[in-house]
Amino acid sequence: MIDAVQGSDIPPLGQLRWQCRRGMLELDYILVGFLDQHFTDLALDDQQLFVRMLDFEDQLLLDWVMGNVVPSDASIRRLVGLMQKELKTH
Amino acid sequence: MTLARRRFDALIIGAGGAGLNAALQLANANLRVAVVSKVFPTRSHTVAAQGGVNAALANVFEDNWHWHMFDTVKGSDYLGDQDAIEFMCREAIPTVYELEHNGVPFSRLDNGRIYQRAFGGQSQNFGGAQAARTCAAADRTGHAILHTLYQQNIRARTHFFDEYFGVDLIRDEEGAILGALTLEIETGEPLLIEAKTTLLATGGCGQVFRTTSNAHINTGDGMAMALRAGVPLMDMEFFQFHPTGISGRGMLITEGVRGEGGYLINKDGERFMERYAPNAKDLASRDVVARAIVTEVKEGRGCGPNADHVLLKVDHLGEDIIAKRLPGIRESSKIFAGVDPAVEPIPVFPTAHYVMGGIPTDRLGHVVIPSSDGSEEVVPGLYAAGECACVSVHGANRLGGNSLLDILVFGRAAGQQIITHLKDNPDYRPMSDEIIDKAVARLSRWEQEGEGISVRELRDEFRKVMEDHAGVFRTDEIMSEGVEKVKAVREKLKDVRLGDQSKVFNTARIEALELENLVDIGMSIVLSALERKESRGAHSRPDYTERDDVNWLKHSVYFQEGDRLDYKPVQTKPLTVDTFPPKPRVY
Repeated sequence: MIDAVQGSDIPPLGQLRWQCRRGMLELDYILVGFLDQHFTDLALDDQQLFVRMLDFEDQLLLDWVMGNVVPSDASIRRLVGLMQKELKTH
Repeated sequence: MTLARRRFDALIIGAGGAGLNAALQLANANLRVAVVSKVFPTRSHTVAAQGGVNAALANVFEDNWHWHMFDTVKGSDYLGDQDAIEFMCREAIPTVYELEHNGVPFSRLDNGRIYQRAFGGQSQNFGGAQAARTCAAADRTGHAILHTLYQQNIRARTHFFDEYFGVDLIRDEEGAILGALTLEIETGEPLLIEAKTTLLATGGCGQVFRTTSNAHINTGDGMAMALRAGVPLMDMEFFQFHPTGISGRGMLITEGVRGEGGYLINKDGERFMERYAPNAKDLASRDVVARAIVTEVKEGRGCGPNADHVLLKVDHLGEDIIAKRLPGIRESSKIFAGVDPAVEPIPVFPTAHYVMGGIPTDRLGHVVIPSSDGSEEVVPGLYAAGECACVSVHGANRLGGNSLLDILVFGRAAGQQIITHLKDNPDYRPMSDEIIDKAVARLSRWEQEGEGISVRELRDEFRKVMEDHAGVFRTDEIMSEGVEKVKAVREKLKDVRLGDQSKVFNTARIEALELENLVDIGMSIVLSALERKESRGAHSRPDYTERDDVNWLKHSVYFQEGDRLDYKPVQTKPLTVDTFPPKPRVY
């Protein structure tokens, strides 16, 4: 459970799972769900991007995923789009 | 066992609004203050509070703290302590101004004053016209307050222990609290924090129920730590449920959906609220709608493969209306319920939202052990504030806008009281190795290896028991069965084993400690609810439908040792004004 993703600077999955615990129930489901179901299938760049996203504020993360705010960073915009697509199909 | 140790003047466990507001008072007084938080502080549940904070600033309509007090006493169904309520409503005003001066970006009126919105339950002139008392920072007041307080604490050099879990309080032979044993989640190593004073500010415990709007972190850790230290919990039967949470998930679907014409149906497509509330129908009060939904499910008219929810229908409103008047609901339903409400109905079930009960405190934040004669014994060195505490200002039912107010006023008061206490008590109390062993034993227990029940399996079983036996539908028979089932879960806890014994970021170990906390609290809820034989505020019983002021105008006090219940009279005498005597609660 806590092994780091091989050959990268990605933190151990146990650490990531804890950092997906947030102040809002909505984010608990979104982030933990995405981590468990899709994270390991992502390309290394996107894994690193997801790790970086976890440093953003709860409210902003929620606004991104709920479509209230569009991320100005193109790569984050792409990853949020992927999260929205996966969440709606599962 | 050699333990790493740190020493501080004050230890605060929990980094939401209550903990951070207390910490700020202490750090500004140049005291050494440690804040322990199991998640990064700005990920505390305060961030989810949208509505705002009540204070009679009179920026929109005429207002004063005495009207606010009347509304709060009435809203509490007369179970709130009127001295504490007067204190809170008076202190609301300087507390909000202090937040403003600390940089909280409150929304503004055209004249530059703080914007105030109207909420249900607010009145002018003791039950007269609608008041507008809720100070808001757009629809993200909790977020704004939490981030401001965190930044101010960083400036004031508060010492943060981020991602540390509070295991247990350290209590000496005389009952004084000397600090706490904590666990660094990253390394799995224990850390003993000695403190002259300890404040519990760990928030609510909504995770005791299967369906809750609370974040996963809300596992009532501070309440359970208090129980294990011999401190009782008060009024735990009073839990607010919102009728329409997303089934199996718990996120709130706002009442505005029904206000805009959405309605509930059962598996037969029947608009069942017409049977329960012929006039108000789907707009009946929260408890009536919640109980109706549970009745439909219990009587076999639930929807879905498990027949465990009902449906909230809005598609008849049309896509344009949904987009215009209910923004967010469509996206939220798609993501969390997997349905597009413009096409199909949303599966809903009542969701546990807020606990009015908690660790008994006086209005200065001291944790107290109440007696049936009304006296209170202060627990030396221990304070509590916020949702984990019970002052009691919410009594049987909390008003909107009073939860942020509670955490801020009583976090601030506790901080100020600790400063006063430390002036007269500058020394650490001695701590023997023996008194640390009990707390350490709680950690060692999870090193047992071998076959056993998994944490997840027992947690799921427990939360379902709580939902079925201590949720919105409370009869003697259902709750008596619930007490036995919670006892059985408590026994099974001994057979739970961790599959993974590693230390670094072993979240399974933390979840096991959280499960122990949840089960301890669960018993306090179901037992207190079983014994209160009346309906009052959020505690609603079909077998005792009326409020009974003759026999039940009193607080329930649950002690873990022997699963014992005691009662304490309600403080009906305010500090300076006349008592508000109990009356029927009509709006």
